[in-house]
This record gives sequence, structure tokens and C-alpha cells, in this order.
Amino acid sequence: MAVTREDVLHIADLARLGVDGARADELTKELSAILAHMEVLSQVDTATVSASAGVGTEGTPLRPDTGVPPLLESALESFAPAMRDGFFIVPRLATHEDSAESGA
Amino acid sequence: MSGENFTKLGAAEIASSVRAGDVSPSEMVRASFERAREIGAGPDALNIYLHTDEQASTEEAAVLKERLGNASDTGILAGVPVAIKDNIASLGLPTTCGSKILAGYVSPFEATAISRLRANGALIVGKTNMDEFAMGSSTENSAFGPTRNPHDVRCVPGGSSGGSAAAVAAGITPLALGSETGGSVRQPAAFCGVVGVKPTYGRVSRYGLVAFASSLDQIGVLGRTVDDAALGLETIAGFDKMDSTSSDEPVPIYRLSALGVPAPDARNPSTEAIRVGRTPVPLPPPPGATTLEGVVIGKPKEYFPESLDASIRDLCERSLDRMRSMGATVRDISLPRSPLAIPVYYILAPAEASSNLARFDGVRYGLRVDPGKGLKAMYAATRSQGFGPEVTRRVLLGTYVLSAGYYDAYYKKAQAVRTLITDDFRSVFASGVNAIFTPTTPTTAFPVGAISDPYEMYLNDIFTVTANLAGVPAMSIPIGRVRRLPVGGQIITAHFDEYTMFRVAYALEAALGPEAHQ
Repeated sequence: MAVTREDVLHIADLARLGVDGARADELTKELSAILAHMEVLSQVDTATVSASAGVGTEGTPLRPDTGVPPLLESALESFAPAMRDGFFIVPRLATHEDSAESGA
Repeated sequence: MSGENFTKLGAAEIASSVRAGDVSPSEMVRASFERAREIGAGPDALNIYLHTDEQASTEEAAVLKERLGNASDTGILAGVPVAIKDNIASLGLPTTCGSKILAGYVSPFEATAISRLRANGALIVGKTNMDEFAMGSSTENSAFGPTRNPHDVRCVPGGSSGGSAAAVAAGITPLALGSETGGSVRQPAAFCGVVGVKPTYGRVSRYGLVAFASSLDQIGVLGRTVDDAALGLETIAGFDKMDSTSSDEPVPIYRLSALGVPAPDARNPSTEAIRVGRTPVPLPPPPGATTLEGVVIGKPKEYFPESLDASIRDLCERSLDRMRSMGATVRDISLPRSPLAIPVYYILAPAEASSNLARFDGVRYGLRVDPGKGLKAMYAATRSQGFGPEVTRRVLLGTYVLSAGYYDAYYKKAQAVRTLITDDFRSVFASGVNAIFTPTTPTTAFPVGAISDPYEMYLNDIFTVTANLAGVPAMSIPIGRVRRLPVGGQIITAHFDEYTMFRVAYALEAALGPEAHQ
């Protein structure tokens, strides 16, 4: 399945990656070439084969459903880009962006 | 201690000398840093380290010296300098994963593997260069420039744990930690002429290992010798409540395998050869194995294709002959689905990466680029400027194969074929084969800049990636040289049978002797 330029722009948006026009063209070719090598898998009969999500032999063990405070050796402020009153500060939310972008 | 003497010491020998008081921990730190300067480990030469703090390491050595005054606290790695791949969270030194998006980030917690090293007396002397977020096979994808191969600076050291492999190869440390998702310890170990071990999935805690593909990631060990690697793995292996995928399978004393005896009963807690928990039991240096009587070595035809470099094939055959001469039986086998492993891996790993790397968005840590156009624009600007080309490519590839309309055709299909690949290994080991032997890589180290096609680079993992998909342990040891560059031989065993893997490795290393580096 060849990847289209529109596919690249769509998945870049889903992945929160800014991709400009020239790079989108390059990525379209690169991803199509890589995925062409994956086509061989379509020839393998897996109708009766279960999918492996991992290789654990005993499944994932459960622990008591109790909150454990993180054991951090340094304060969040030492590595967070922006904090205030114990909260991470981020730019305006998408609804405001959309309004701004539409000129409203 | 002279730099030359230091480069010849194994981890067990250093620890023994330090415990005996013949040499101090601070002397070991000094020797390691002197060797790093002498060999040119800095960014203008080999570019092995991303972060070091000699003063902090020296202070850590002073604290260790006080600890050693207490006779009950004799760490099995007392005074051993260890280098750490930069995607393993450490206190005190940054953890950047070779990426601009984490430049300067210092973790507020430490990986279990590092905590266990420190608890056993190891001294952390630096964080090593790597392909960004462990995505690569040459260390050329580091945002901080490529590492060079100490055997030939025109060549890559392999990757993604290229800095760790180069540190050991250059004699800066006898031991280093790396990480594997598709061969990132074994391939650089082969290219640099050192020993590299990927343990069974679940054998070593992933707590503190920055996630790339969680169902495949494992912390591994690089050592100058098999004994260094065995000691290193023994130290970091074992259950950890901080990692829900870590196993409580008892950890044998791998160094006992050097005696050439079969694996002790790991399920019997009264067996003397078993160390349950993390209480160190120092052992004398192994005398070297003398026999592989009763061991069946499988030689899979898919790993010896017609196209394999004839010189690499010859070195593998020499190794198989040596193992035969030590009493092993070599049996031709087949792992028929192995040729499908690269397509499977390059669907599953990017898919998991696209999810794991979503956390790098400029909100809680690391780089933030805010163009002032709202939250979504901040995400896109931060990630676009923070991630390099290969990470971007894989995140997009992973997002694509997980997206509506393609999930079944790619992701679910790859998961099913992964089952078949794992079944191949289970069948071979169930048939009486104790260990599988293959070349680690199809080529020796290649020149920096020689491979530009992404898929051609992915093919470097062709012989290593199956062990990650199946979750079995595997290691690479030096078996000779081709055109002066090292060649690695790969030993693969059944789940949690690292003991047999080390037994074969000790024997082969002893049988080859100096030939392993010729």
C-alpha cells in the first residue's frame, strides 16, 4: 500500500508533529518504500494464529489498587518547563486556538 | 596504576583488588578518566560520552571506600567503573536519550539496574552516546554527533548502544550498560569486539529505562570478557516490584557456568549455586571451561545464507569446530520464519514507539518550543524541533500502522507472525537443542555515512531481532576479525536459560583464546 502525501499530513497531525511541504514529500517516499517491504507478511497464513502483544510467560501481575506517591529525588520545578502552584502550565487550549485561527 | 594496566583488568579482578585493599576505588575512577582522556573519548574524537562528572564519581568512590570498611558489605563490583547508556535514568547525571528534546534533563529517580550496580559497589563514570531514543544501528542518529569505532575511527561502532560498546572496547570501563529493542547491545558489541548480552525479556527490570517499544525493550550488559558480562548481569538481574513485566525466576550464579557444569536447579532454593534475591556471593575467578560434553548446538540455515560474507562464515565455522572439539554436538536446524522478523519488528517497534514517545510534548519535562499559537501548536513545534529525522520517521510509521484501516493489515498481522517466530524457537529448544549459534551481524562495522537508506540500515538487525521478538536471551562474543575489524558470534538459548548461554560463551572464549581478536 503506497502512502500518499495526504496520509503523511494526516498522521503527522495525529502524532502532533509539524511536517512542512518538502519534508512531507520526502516522508511519503520513505514510508512507502519501507512499507513495501512489509507486504511479505500478507502472504503468511495467520488465520489460526493468536497475536502476541508481548512475551511475558506468566501474564502481568497485579498489585494492590492503592496510590503510591512518586519517590522523586528532586522537585518537579527542577525539570518542568513551566509550573505554578504545583500545576504544569501549558498554552491556551484547542478551542481557543480554533477560534483564533478562524479569525473569530 | 598505569592506563595500560587498567585496560587489561576484568571486573572481577578489579573488585577483588579493591576489596582486598590493594587498590582504592578512587584510583579506579582516576584510571578510567585518564584512559578516557588518553584515548580521546570526548566529542572532538570518539565522542563516547555525553555526560561525565569526574568530581562526583570521585566523591562516590570515597563513599564506597568507607562502605568497604564494613566487612559485611563487600559488593561484587566494588570499585568497578561502569558506563551507562544515556536512556537509563540516573541521579546526578543527565538522561537525554541522545535527543535534543531531553537536552539537560536530569531524572528525579534512578533505574533499578543502576541502583543495583551502585549497591554492589560499582562506580558510575559517565553516560554514553547512543542513537536518539535507541532508534538506529550506528549511533549516527544521536543529536550530539556520531560515536566512532575505537578499532577504526572511520567506522561506526554500531548502535544504538554504540557509546557503551566503544567505552568497553577502548578500555575506559570493563563493563557498561546498554539497552536492546532489536539488537542494540549485540550488534555494537560485534562491531567493537566486545561481549554483549541481551537477557530474557523480564530478567532485568526496565524501571528507569526510557521506553521505546515496551514489549521488546531490555537493559543489557557489555563487557570486555564473558566473565565481565556474567558478573554484570548477575548484579542487575532479578525481580523488581517497580516493573510489572519483571520475572521472579531465580537468578543463578552465571559465573559458575564457567566450570562447565550443567545449570543447577533454579527452582530449588537449597541449591548452593543459586542466589535468590540480591545478596552478593563473591566467587573466585572461573578457571575456564574445559568441556561442552552433552551440549547440542543448533546451526540455523536461515542465518547462514548464500549471500553471507565468506570470511564471516569461515569464522563461524571455526567457532563451531572449536565447540565440537570441546564435546558439543552441532546440529543443522531451521528457524523458518526468521526472514519475516525485520518486517514484523519494523511494524511493532514503531507502533509502540509512537505511543511511548507521545509523552515528549513539552508539558512536563524537556524541551518546550512555544510559538504562541496555542497548545496544539506548542506540541507540534516542540516535537518537530526536538526529534531528529529517524525518530520522526518511526513515529509516523507507527502512527500509520496503528491508524484506522491499516491496523489489521499491519499491526495485528505482525503480532500474529511474532507468535510464529516465537514458536520456531520453542520448537527448536523442545527438540533437544541447548543453544543456537549464528553470526551476530551480516557485515563488520561500516564507514560513517555509508548507509543512507533507512531500510538498508534496518537490515543490520537481521540476525539479532528474532531474539527480541521471541523474548529469548542472546549474546555476542568476539570470534575473530575480518579486514582488521571485529566479528561477533551469537549464542541464543531458551527463555531464562542464560546459564547455558554463558556456559557456551565461556567455553568458546577459552577455546578461541587470542584467535577471538585475530
